[in-house]
Amino acid sequence: MLERALAGSAIEESMSAPAVLPLAAERLVFEAGGRRLIDGISIVLRPGLRSVVMGPNGAGKSLTLRLLHGLLRPSGGRILWDGRPLDRAAQLRQAMVFQRPVMLRRSALDNLLHALRARGVPRRACGSRAQAALERAGLEGQARTPARLLSGGEQQRLALARALALAPEILFLDEPCANLDPASTLVIETLIQQAHDEGTKIVLVTHDLGQAKRLADEVIFLHRGRLLEQSPAARFFDRPASPEAEAFLAGRIVL
Amino acid sequence: MQDFGAAFGLAFGLIAAGDADLLEIIGLSLRVSVSAVVAACMIGLPLGAGLAVIRFPGRGVALVLLNALMGLPPVVVGLMVYLMLSRAGPLGDFGLLYTPSAMIIAQTVLVTPIVAALTRQVVEDLHAEYDEHLRSLALRRLEVARTLLWDARYSLLTVALAGFGRAIAEVGAVIIVGGNINHVTRIMTTAIALETSKGDLALALALGIVLITLAVLINGAVMTIRASAARTAYA
Repeated sequence: MLERALAGSAIEESMSAPAVLPLAAERLVFEAGGRRLIDGISIVLRPGLRSVVMGPNGAGKSLTLRLLHGLLRPSGGRILWDGRPLDRAAQLRQAMVFQRPVMLRRSALDNLLHALRARGVPRRACGSRAQAALERAGLEGQARTPARLLSGGEQQRLALARALALAPEILFLDEPCANLDPASTLVIETLIQQAHDEGTKIVLVTHDLGQAKRLADEVIFLHRGRLLEQSPAARFFDRPASPEAEAFLAGRIVL
Repeated sequence: MQDFGAAFGLAFGLIAAGDADLLEIIGLSLRVSVSAVVAACMIGLPLGAGLAVIRFPGRGVALVLLNALMGLPPVVVGLMVYLMLSRAGPLGDFGLLYTPSAMIIAQTVLVTPIVAALTRQVVEDLHAEYDEHLRSLALRRLEVARTLLWDARYSLLTVALAGFGRAIAEVGAVIIVGGNINHVTRIMTTAIALETSKGDLALALALGIVLITLAVLINGAVMTIRASAARTAYA
């Protein structure tokens, strides 16, 4: 009953509902196929800062994001949302954008409506919110276009607009611009910036150093499934604390 | 050979003239098979979607059984439904044996496993693609199944048509539970069997031509739907 009430008004109450941040991971471990891929990561993500997760390929950036978002179950350790384990209320306050956007076999507009209805937004409110999200992403002309016929950049803009339409308190982005042209990347970064300005906590995985410098307030540097540092962006780019981060920033191959 | 040619001539004559008996038989065939496919979809679509998204102990065995049931011999289905509906059977009181309802039930039993098994496959493939997004939205199972069923709509339409093809063409089940009674339970396939054995090739051929035409039309429809779905990237 309570659960349903929360689901039904998740977004309307997002101003008044208890916050789910800070998000804290404690000694997070994830193993698959007998290999320890995430090895004891402890981290606290606070509201207001844009956190950028960096590290060489295979460092466990995407895995960490999926563990935090609740898409994967950790093999050890725990994740606390403002001191509480993940519950439905916390699930409904977050959203994620994937490297390869998942587009439903529907029009762009219907992709937005589906997500809004899934989160329990009242039907009458869905239309105007979906429209606003389309305009924000510069896709109002493509409302009726089948989403899977949009270009790669348009699809990613739609995926981001869809996530932001849910008014999440925290937004996870897993290399959203990995395969995009510069113009689309600019639109995506502008949308991320706007969301940040409106109070959404941003957690972004990227291995584009330029993007990290443009967007990061703090950098979380992972290497081989371990957290090597979590530092303010300026300090990280200026004086990285670990030799691995220094090598990574210098463009050397980090083993 | 001349008989054969004459039979063809008569057959086309019957079709062209819109022979009353012929139309009655075609009408009943369509009514029975369409009803059976609708019923099979009402059971098989949710069942297949459920099997695709819910993990439970014994699921592997259930899938093997379901896939095996796709190949159920129609005469065996006819026999089972006959036993259920016969005077002494558990459903004997309804007096359904030798009625179109019995034929619909038999074809539903025949087609449901086909619809369910193919739906399971289609929905599971789509689920693999959508899984992370749907879990990110924190959708409940029922909503996941509904989303997947809708997004797989074009593939599922071809699943339903495959089921219809099976139903309209089978003879073993309906002849056992329907009895091939003239003006009551005589449909295309049972009529072909009977008329051929009586030597009335004209009606048998006319029905055969209609049946084949239907098969061609259905396949044409499937291909058209698939092509238009591909154009919009909805398939």
